[in-house]
Amino acid sequence: MKATILVRPKPGILDPQGEAVQASLRQLGFAIDEARVGRVIDLELNGADAESAHAELERACEQLLANPLIESYEIALER
Amino acid sequence: MSAEPAPRIAVLVFPGSNDDRDAALALERLGAEPMLVWHAEGDLPDVGAVVLPGGFSYGDYLRCGAIARFAPVLEAVRRFADDGGLVLGICNGFQVLCEAGLLPGALRPNASLEFVCRDVDLRAERADTPFTSRAAAGQALTIPIKHGEGCYFADEELLGELDRNGQVVLRYEQNPNGSIGSIAGVVNEHGNVFGLMPHPEHAVDPLLGSTDGAIVLGSLVDAARERLLTAA
Repeated sequence: MKATILVRPKPGILDPQGEAVQASLRQLGFAIDEARVGRVIDLELNGADAESAHAELERACEQLLANPLIESYEIALER
Repeated sequence: MSAEPAPRIAVLVFPGSNDDRDAALALERLGAEPMLVWHAEGDLPDVGAVVLPGGFSYGDYLRCGAIARFAPVLEAVRRFADDGGLVLGICNGFQVLCEAGLLPGALRPNASLEFVCRDVDLRAERADTPFTSRAAAGQALTIPIKHGEGCYFADEELLGELDRNGQVVLRYEQNPNGSIGSIAGVVNEHGNVFGLMPHPEHAVDPLLGSTDGAIVLGSLVDAARERLLTAA
């Protein structure tokens, strides 16, 4: 089973990387109102049904992959 | 002064720490007996305080301090802190303590996205902590910073809590990194764990421009010695 974790800076958290990306895109002529930069983590898991895998990944996000104080996360599972 | 016992202070060494020796040297000059402790150790030696030094533990992978917090020695530090032991985190050490939940808040990339390396002016908000007892409340200190991710963040609720509890110990006079409330250093609720982004160990010799770092580290040495004498 494959899993993709998306980690994003929470709304309201200063994201200087996103601001720099936005400024550069605008400079190139793209009409971008806002850019936020997060992180993608691809994982491969063995066994486990989707439900328990999801619960497991949630724990992984809370404990390590994201800092819940400043980041939100999304878990997508793919068979 | 030489008759005073030298309290032992552990300085942790992670793969990627680079201010461990500076911290040890500074502590030694201030009258302590520093002991370098490798991150894989499951126990701390018998010490009066623990210092988590600056650097780039585990390459700062994922987030600064996120991996170091799982080092075996951190469990020992957690027990030490829970028992009231004195713990000081400098720069990367501050990041590790935040990630480990031993200190509130988090450190994000500098608002400028630039690595900032220079002396900064600070204000000691409190002089009644084991880390600032050699200062006067409101005293101005000049200590260098050198970091890319020192932008302290706390949400509104946490910020209110920090203010109410008087947990903000150091503030920047001119905010160099976008830290909320210009916060440069915070203590935990019990006042025995302190983290700061500035590097006191780089400011203990007039040759380096300032000796104000000795106020912070010297306070820690005093407090560690006091504990040694009380325990004896």
